[in-house]
Amino acid sequence: MSLVDTAVVAGYTVSDVLLLAAAGFVVLAIGMLYRAVKGPTMQDRVLAVNVLGTNTVVILAILGAALSEPTFLDIALIYALLNFLMAIAISKFTVERGGVL
Amino acid sequence: MIEALEPVRIGLVLVFVLLGLFFTFVSMTGVIRLPDIYSRAHTASQADTLGAGFALAAVALVIGWDGAGFKSLILLFFIFVTNPTAAHGIARAAFEEGIVPWTEGDDRR
Repeated sequence: MSLVDTAVVAGYTVSDVLLLAAAGFVVLAIGMLYRAVKGPTMQDRVLAVNVLGTNTVVILAILGAALSEPTFLDIALIYALLNFLMAIAISKFTVERGGVL
Repeated sequence: MIEALEPVRIGLVLVFVLLGLFFTFVSMTGVIRLPDIYSRAHTASQADTLGAGFALAAVALVIGWDGAGFKSLILLFFIFVTNPTAAHGIARAAFEEGIVPWTEGDDRR
């Protein structure tokens, strides 16, 4: 019996708790979407999408652990790489001189 | 895995998941409520990195001594390095574009 099937409280397993936490992270991500839609400047939107991407990585990793699918961690790794590349590329190529790092 | 340590491990998983949710909530509140791009970059780089770190530590504890567990540790390290870097780059781009930092009495939100 693996750890995710162990009961924690009142018959709920670790897997249930992790799925509940993933749902909480999804709710927080929807809250951050407000800034991505409204944000007065372009950099506000990029920052909000960057935070959303980090949130997505966490959700993918938690789902991979809760559903016992280790493949999700590979997807999360690639998503983190693309997220970082997106933030750096947009902030580098929207300013004139481009020396953001 | 030593059997007697299993309750400790489950308790640590619960604590880490709750801490991750809490710090991500702090980060969400900051990104929505704070007045300008620089303060938002501040909360996005620190609170969100800590929240993601706690959640990924919980995932690593759940998976355990395995290839996938090491992958989530690598993910944790990667997020810890890149998230503040990305926030720094975005704030720097905002400064080079001439966005003035918020001061007291400024009404924009």
